[in-house]
Amino acid sequence: MNIVNLVAKQSAAIVPMPLQVKAAHLLYKTKVKLGVYTEFPEFVEAPVPDVSTLAIEDIDVSNPFLFKQGCWEPYFKRLRDECPVHFQKNSLFGPFWSITRYEDVMFVDKNHELFSSEPFIVIGQAPKELSVEMFIAMDPPKHDVQRQAVQGVVAPQNLKEMEGLIRSRAQEVLDNLPLDKPFNWVDEVSVELTARMLATLLDFPYEERQKLVYWSDLAGGGAQSTGGSNDMDELFKGMGEMAKDFSLLWRKKEAETAAGKKPGFDLISMLQNNDATKNLINTPMEFLGNLALLIVGGNDTTRNSMSGGVLALNKFPDEFAKLKANPSLIPNMVSEIIRWQTPLAHMRRVATQDVEVNGQTIKKGDKVVMWYASANRDERAIDQPDQFIIDRKGARNHLSFGFGVHRCMGNRLAELQLRILWEELLARFDSIEVIGEPEYVQSNFVKGYSKMMVKLTAKQ
Amino acid sequence: MGNITFVEHDGTEHAVEIEPGKSLMDLALDNGIPGIDADCGGECACGTCHVIVEGNGVSITGSASDAELQMLDLTPERADSSRLACQIVISDAMDGMIARLPEFQM
Ligand code: HEM
Ligand code: FES
Repeated sequence: MNIVNLVAKQSAAIVPMPLQVKAAHLLYKTKVKLGVYTEFPEFVEAPVPDVSTLAIEDIDVSNPFLFKQGCWEPYFKRLRDECPVHFQKNSLFGPFWSITRYEDVMFVDKNHELFSSEPFIVIGQAPKELSVEMFIAMDPPKHDVQRQAVQGVVAPQNLKEMEGLIRSRAQEVLDNLPLDKPFNWVDEVSVELTARMLATLLDFPYEERQKLVYWSDLAGGGAQSTGGSNDMDELFKGMGEMAKDFSLLWRKKEAETAAGKKPGFDLISMLQNNDATKNLINTPMEFLGNLALLIVGGNDTTRNSMSGGVLALNKFPDEFAKLKANPSLIPNMVSEIIRWQTPLAHMRRVATQDVEVNGQTIKKGDKVVMWYASANRDERAIDQPDQFIIDRKGARNHLSFGFGVHRCMGNRLAELQLRILWEELLARFDSIEVIGEPEYVQSNFVKGYSKMMVKLTAKQ
Repeated sequence: MGNITFVEHDGTEHAVEIEPGKSLMDLALDNGIPGIDADCGGECACGTCHVIVEGNGVSITGSASDAELQMLDLTPERADSSRLACQIVISDAMDGMIARLPEFQM
């Protein structure tokens, strides 16, 4: 996102970021009023039709209720079997290609010079006024420079420093959970633990950690971008608030270091200690983009893997027994959870030239959507893909983190957080029982849970 | 016949018999060498089969392709003679080569 194109680069350094976001909001509202923009329609939920009743060209996997209503699997199976590179001419997000098999997704993800990540990596778009610069949506060489500046914070060496704190913060949450009584796992565990992890990563004021969750939920959930249900005005307000809090945090850290405090292992300290990025705050779009990308990237992905693992072990109780008998399977299970859940259903590219994929010719400029959710269920690449098998061979070979230069930067952090969660759960609880059916998020991008009731039994 | 030696970060050595034509990554996996994840299965698309070649390895393994260099740039423990093991095809000439494993793969 490029928080504001109204101000030239130099003045961008002078006008405070929150004011810039405000100005962008005004501009956006004016354009809607003048009819320059038509407001994107709100999605109204209707039952998703049985895929076998549809003609192949009418299949539209951008429907944001496919995951919510739990009917995505037969849709993608039909595409994988009958039309693995599929063109949908007139979705609400415009025409797009769907790539649904493992091998083809790998091909697209690997070939960044054929398939560009610019300007945006979800199926829809964000309002132009609100585009902070995130390297996930940049091509090399710019992408590489920006990623290298921040990736140290989630590199394994640095995670070693943070593991103790992440673990003790997780223990606190688990020690306070109710026993023998249903509660919402999503809010009490998944959201809370993720907020704690992100606050640790950013050294964000700990008591205000829910803000991180709020902002990243806002940023990822627009109707126009992913078929979500977020309100545009709220989005602009939230982004303004985020800009303000992050600049304050930056200045506070700067002052602390100047006063002689030893810099920490958090993101901002690392940025301030690196010659390439120590003045990042003077380029607000990049500054905001980099911080926002870390919280958005790490938020609902990790959260939904925490909920997904519990659900998977309930659907496959033999695997839970296997796990209890052999806790050393946890690291392998973590990869299997991330495959089974596939927290981000897709990433989008734009073809930079005419290119043939599996017999279909994709034209220069066409939108290409890689469906990780489908490729992770591809029978051609994965043995018994619908089964959840905690000691699966080659469990790490899943596509949930993507591949190529944009491969998830936070993958080791996500794995660490999930490993800690399961180690601490096994130490405390005998059973983690899902009560009733969970509720799913409305989105064609985030594959996750809004509610999942769970009952815990203490370990004897 | 000859050997290639993998050296773990803590110094543990594993001498493995050469199998010409195989990738260095597959050789490591097939011999249970710890520390090679190979998440993408040899597609030069994940960087988790990172090794640092030493000894005669530097000259014999040739140079990395652009795609490989780009993935290597994303690995935190990158060294001058870093390679992705999946991009090295083993030959008899690699007898005596040393492949050091980084502390972490990422
Ligand atoms: C299970 C959890 C997670 C999943 C499934 C996930 C998934 C993904 C995917 C699919 C991509 C794009 C890959 C591609 O285009 O090929 C990505 C990129 C990224 N993720 Fe994650 N992610 C997770 C956790 C995290 C965490 C915890 C963080 C950081 C705190 C994070 C930060 C990022 C960043 C910064 C990028 C952009 C990388 C780039 O463009 O070079 N992710 N992630
Ligand atoms: S195995 Fe993925 S890059 Fe070598």
